[in-house]
Order: sequence, then structure tokens, then C-alpha cells
Amino acid sequence: MKNSLAKLLFVVAAVAMLGALPAQAASNLSGDLEIFSWWAGDEGPALEALIDIYKKENPNVNVINATVTGGSGVNAKSVLKTRMLGGNPPDSFQVHAGQELIGTWVKADRMEDLTPIFKANGWMEAFPKGLIKLIGTDKGIWSVPVNIHRSNVMWFVPANLKKWGVEAPKTWDEFFTVAETLKAKGVVPLALAQNWTANHLWESVALAALGADKWDALWSGDLAFDSADGVKVWELFGKVLKYTNSDATSLSWQQATDMVVDGRAAFNVMGDWAAGYMATTKKLAPGSGFAWSASPDTTGEFMFLADSFGLPKGAPHRDNAVAWLKVLGSLEGSDTFNPIKGSISARLDSDLSKYNAYGQSAAADFGKDRIVGSLAHGVTANEGFMNDFASVMEMFLKSRNAQAAAKASQQIAVKNGIAK
Amino acid sequence: MREVSRDRMKAVIALLPSVILIGVFVYGFIGNTVWISLTDWRGGAALSENPVKNFVGFENYVELFTGFLDGRFRQDLVNAVYYSILLLAGAVGIGMFIAILLDRKPRGEDFLRTVFLYPMSLSFIVTGTIWRWLLAPQGGVNILPTYLGGEPLHFQWLSSMKTVLVFDWQNLFPIILYAAAFVFIVLGLGKLRRDPGRAFKRYLVPGVVLGAVVWLFGDLLPRALFMEETHGFNLATLGIILATIWQYSGYTMALYLAGFNGISQDLMDAARLDGASDFDYYVHVAIPMLKPITISAVIILSHISLKMFDLIFAMTGPDNAATGHPALNMYLTTFRANDFAKGAAIAIVLFLVAGTFIIPYLVASYRQRRNAR
Repeated sequence: MKNSLAKLLFVVAAVAMLGALPAQAASNLSGDLEIFSWWAGDEGPALEALIDIYKKENPNVNVINATVTGGSGVNAKSVLKTRMLGGNPPDSFQVHAGQELIGTWVKADRMEDLTPIFKANGWMEAFPKGLIKLIGTDKGIWSVPVNIHRSNVMWFVPANLKKWGVEAPKTWDEFFTVAETLKAKGVVPLALAQNWTANHLWESVALAALGADKWDALWSGDLAFDSADGVKVWELFGKVLKYTNSDATSLSWQQATDMVVDGRAAFNVMGDWAAGYMATTKKLAPGSGFAWSASPDTTGEFMFLADSFGLPKGAPHRDNAVAWLKVLGSLEGSDTFNPIKGSISARLDSDLSKYNAYGQSAAADFGKDRIVGSLAHGVTANEGFMNDFASVMEMFLKSRNAQAAAKASQQIAVKNGIAK
Repeated sequence: MREVSRDRMKAVIALLPSVILIGVFVYGFIGNTVWISLTDWRGGAALSENPVKNFVGFENYVELFTGFLDGRFRQDLVNAVYYSILLLAGAVGIGMFIAILLDRKPRGEDFLRTVFLYPMSLSFIVTGTIWRWLLAPQGGVNILPTYLGGEPLHFQWLSSMKTVLVFDWQNLFPIILYAAAFVFIVLGLGKLRRDPGRAFKRYLVPGVVLGAVVWLFGDLLPRALFMEETHGFNLATLGIILATIWQYSGYTMALYLAGFNGISQDLMDAARLDGASDFDYYVHVAIPMLKPITISAVIILSHISLKMFDLIFAMTGPDNAATGHPALNMYLTTFRANDFAKGAAIAIVLFLVAGTFIIPYLVASYRQRRNAR
């Protein structure tokens, strides 16, 4: 008797749950959701996949995909600024995680603290601690990272290296020896492109010269840019530049990668979107067609940058935006988006079988390496500093004066409130 | 009498809306930009809902011209001058030359005219992208000789770091005074034929004296910077100038061609009868007659050269200071660095530079009309 009652109860409960499930899946949110991003061209499909998940969960919400084209968001960011100043914020917008968000929008008190959403969804454990520290301040956590890119990667073609009789260097000293051999054979040792890639190379060199702790100290203001260590960075960077191609400023990063693929250059330091480019566009197999290692002297360190979405104060459809952020941070959203985008998930529990060989290796490193932020892609410094740093870099490329560049960096750091 | 004033009333009422709109949206905003350029609207909280703006006087301007970190702006300013001069010389010269050739009515003139005018219908961003490919260091123009069996060129059209005509920004004040002396002397020489006495008294003597004084005592003038800072003409800007000339010489050609067609055939015949060669006809008759066209071409082109933005963006990217331009710098300073005050200051400097092109023209045309009355 008791047994059958239990059975009956179980059946009732099961029926109730079955009935309740669809009701739970389809939320009762309605209205609009405007998503502001610069993911148009190659990155459009990845964003569309995320929007599809959102639409399945919230069928009554009308999603407005407001993209402004332009690489790394140059145009989108200025449109966003005029919109925010005009009191017309989108519901959620894309921004590079880190100081680019914190130094601009959080400082201007325009963002909502996302800590409650992080806690409610268990994201405090899902994301690495080092990452959460870099996207938050003592007042809160400010964005949901959607993807992780690695910046300190050195790319090469193994077959070419074999032909030239060299091996991928682990340190810059090794690189200089290898570079001399390559130069003698008429090969450009390190391919470089237009000026932002010089900034990109600089941060990898700086991380190598300083190490992770001092790199972090640089951005917390504990280490001066014009200290002996700071000057050392520029000296090493100047030495590395001697082995780059002279026509760098008129090349795009893809053209620099092409130089490596075609065998005109041996190495290239670029973010891991280069893996996507070589695997998808150039049809090379990761691991055999092209290969990679951490840029010299940075093994065990993972310099990251991330695209993320935040929640502006006064968003017209706040609840819809919160639901959107939940999709972004979820395991399903993350593992749908990243294999298409060619990046890795920020979550520690992502399903690695969905990624290619490079993605798997990067994800493995992300789990165990020391995580540091990228300067060239907006993690460690605010926009004011980044803009001024482009001028300092320009000055250095022209004069190659390490002392002056270090002094100028310190000045712009003080001006932009990084150093004291 | 009453009829007249009613007509006037109607005219005033009809014009009033546009006067008000222009007053607010052009002059009002210029005024607002001037005000912003005199504040310290920048930094972390620049984008907050009620940003704090304090009046700081001319600090932004002083910093732009003499600050340690604003070398980039100064290079941009120098570039803008070279862009303007070379674009004017190139586009007006080549446009005029093509117009003269087409004025001789070669076969297929209509077709050729379209060919030359066509580049203008492209947007700068398209022109920039095309020329970026053409001027790529390892392709395009540089491999042309290989088709004829020659060696490829190695000229770095867009990425050269070489600079010629270098001067030191430290000597800013003497340079300005030299330029002023030069302008005086040129004006004086221009007026020499019509009114020698006035030309000497008003222009030539003061110009020469000013030049001499600066040459002798220029060292006593204050230095603009505490250290040496050299600027000059970067060879990397050649590629951009080339593309701009390509785009706009068709336009000046159309202007001149219309002018040449407007000159009556009788005049040409008369010149021929007097024994003028084709060359003499153009140099002494046709081109002087088209002075108004030259002036409007110069004004429009100088304007364009001061607004150069998308072309540079497409060809060398935003962060290549060697080929930079104040307009690009203004955009980056305002919208990337969030330094609204300094961005406004750059805008006002550009506005004043544009004014130096247009105000003399306005003054001259106003005087002409008054004299004609």
C-alpha cells in the first residue's frame, strides 16, 4: 500500500515536472534587447549562434543586433561614446575586458555591478580567479567574458625551420643566435606588421624582460616605467626590432603571418586569432602545417585578452540584458560561441572535444599557467594610456632611444593615473 | 516704399529659420568647441553623466605646441602643411595640363574626360584601399619594372621612415617670423608693378627688416621646447599625396575644361593672328582669364587637404604618426583617449588654419564687390 502510494506520488511528481519543464525553458520576458558589438564580418556567425540560444530561451524577446563594423572596435567605440553621452545606452555592449572597460565606463559610474549574477550562477568557481581579479575592482565585477585569446604566442612553420636547420627559440637569447643564422640565409627572422602589432610584440617582450610579477607591478603603479627594469624592456625590444622586416608599417597582421607561411620569415608573435587564420583561410593543419610556442621567455605565462559584455546603468531593457549575460556566461553559450570564433572559453569546465588542436593546447595552458593581462588589447591600461602609448611607440620606432621611451611611458602613466 | 519694406520683411522671414539654425548648429557649436578647448574635460570620469569641466585657459593649446608628449600633433601639423602644398601643386598642375590637352579636342575627348573624372566618384576609403595595394612594398607599383625585364623597385611608399627637409621645432618662433617675412616679401613683389611706392613701404621693407632681425637676433627668442625635436617631410606621405592627387586632378581638370570652353573662339583666333603659339595662348591669355577658377580650385582643395582623414586611415592606419594628420589625431584624442578638451583644441587649431585659407579670399572678393559698386 505504502509502496504504491510512493509510486503514485512519483508518477505525479514526474508528470508535474514534465509539464513544468517547457514552462521553465520559455521565459516570460518580452520587449526588445539591443546588443551592441563590432562583430560583423568573420565574427558575425559566432554572435548569431549566441543569439540563437537566447532566442530559444526567450522567444518573446525581439533581439536587435546592432553591430558597427571596424577592426577591434575603433568605430564602434566612438559610436558607443556618443550614444552614452547622449543618454541613449544600448542594453548590453561589447568591450574588451579589463581597464578598457573599468578605466572608461566603470570610472564614469556608468556600469552595474555584476557580482550578484556571478554568485547566483556559480561563475565565481567556473572562471579562473586570476581572470575575475582582472575584470573586477574592489567595488565589483564589471563584465562577463565571452572568450579568451592568448596574446603571447610565437608562430612558425616546422617544415621551414627544419629546412633552415634551426629550432624554435625558448628565450630571446636563443632567438638572437637563431636570428643571425636566418639572416645569413636571407630570411627575415621575425615578421612584423603595422604599428599596433609593434605594441603587441612589445608586451610579449616586456613580459619576458620583467616576468609576471613585475609586469603586474607596472600596472598597479608599484614599478616605475623609467626604472632600470623599465628601461631594460625598451632595450630588449629595440634589439628584437633589429631582426624585423623594414616594411612593417604598411603590412596588415595577416600579411605578416603570410610571410611566415610563405617562408619569407621564420617567426611571428601574434595573438591566437592567427591560428584561426592559418587553419581556416590558409588550410594548414594545426601542429604540422603550422606550429606555435609561447613567445620567448614567457613559457608558463598566459597573456590574455577577452571580449566581454557589460550592463550599462539605465539600460532600457535590463531584465532582457541580464538574461543575455546569463547565456554568455553559461557553459553552453561559451562552447557554442568559441569554436566558431576561434578562441577558447573562459570557463574552466569547457568541453575541449569541440575545439581544434590549437584550442585544446591553449585551453590546457589557460587552466595551469600564470594569467596576466594584455596591454595592446585593453586589459591592463585605460584608453587614455593606450592612445598615448601608441605615440610613444611611434617615437621609439623612429628614434630607438630606450631611455627617452621609458621616460615618456612614465609620464603618460602618471598623466593617465596608472603610476603615482 | 511700403512695397519694398514688405518685400524685405518677407525675405527676412524666409531667411530667419536658416539663420537661426546656422547660428545654433554652426556658430553656436563652434563657440561650444572653443569653450570645451579651454577646459580640462578629460580623464577617467570624462564620460560620466555630468562630467566635471574646469576652465584652464589656453593650457591645452600651450601643451599642443610645446608639451613634451604632443610631438605627434606637431608632426601632424607639419604633415598637413606638406599635404596642402603638394596636393595643390599636383592637382591644379596636372588637372590644368590634362584640361589643356583635352581642349585641343583629341579624338575620343568625351571618353577621356570620363576616364579622368571617374576617380572622383570613388570615396576616399575605396581610393585608399586600392592605392594601399598598389603601393604595397613587395607588390603593385614596385614590381612594374619586372614586366619589362628590370629589377623591382624597393621604394617604401607608405612605410619609409626617411625624412627630408628637417627642421627643429625648438626654433618655432624664428620659423614663424621667417614665414611672416617671406609672406610680406611675396606680397610686396606682387604689388611692385602696380604701386611701387606702397609696395616698398608696406611690404618689402618691413619684410626684409623682419627677416634680417630674426636672422641676426633670432637666438634671443625663447625656445619652444626644452629639447631638440625634429620634424620634416616624411617620404611615407608621398604615397598618400599620390593617391589624393589621382583622385582630385580629374576634378580640377573638369573645372578648367569648362573654363577653357567658355573662352570665345574669337579670342583664340585673335591671338593666333597676332602670332601667338599655342603655348603663348595658354600662358598669356587662357590661364590668366581663368583666375577665378584657379582660386576656387585652390580653396576647395586646400579644404580637402585639411580634412584628410579616411584616406590616411585606409592607407597607413590610425597609429602611423609619420603620415598622420591633425584631423585623425583629433578623432583619436577625442574618441579613443577620451580627452575631449584637447580634441576640441586640435579642432580649433584646424579651424583657424582653414580660416587662413578662406578669410583672405572672402576679404578679396568683398573688396572687389565694393570697388565694383
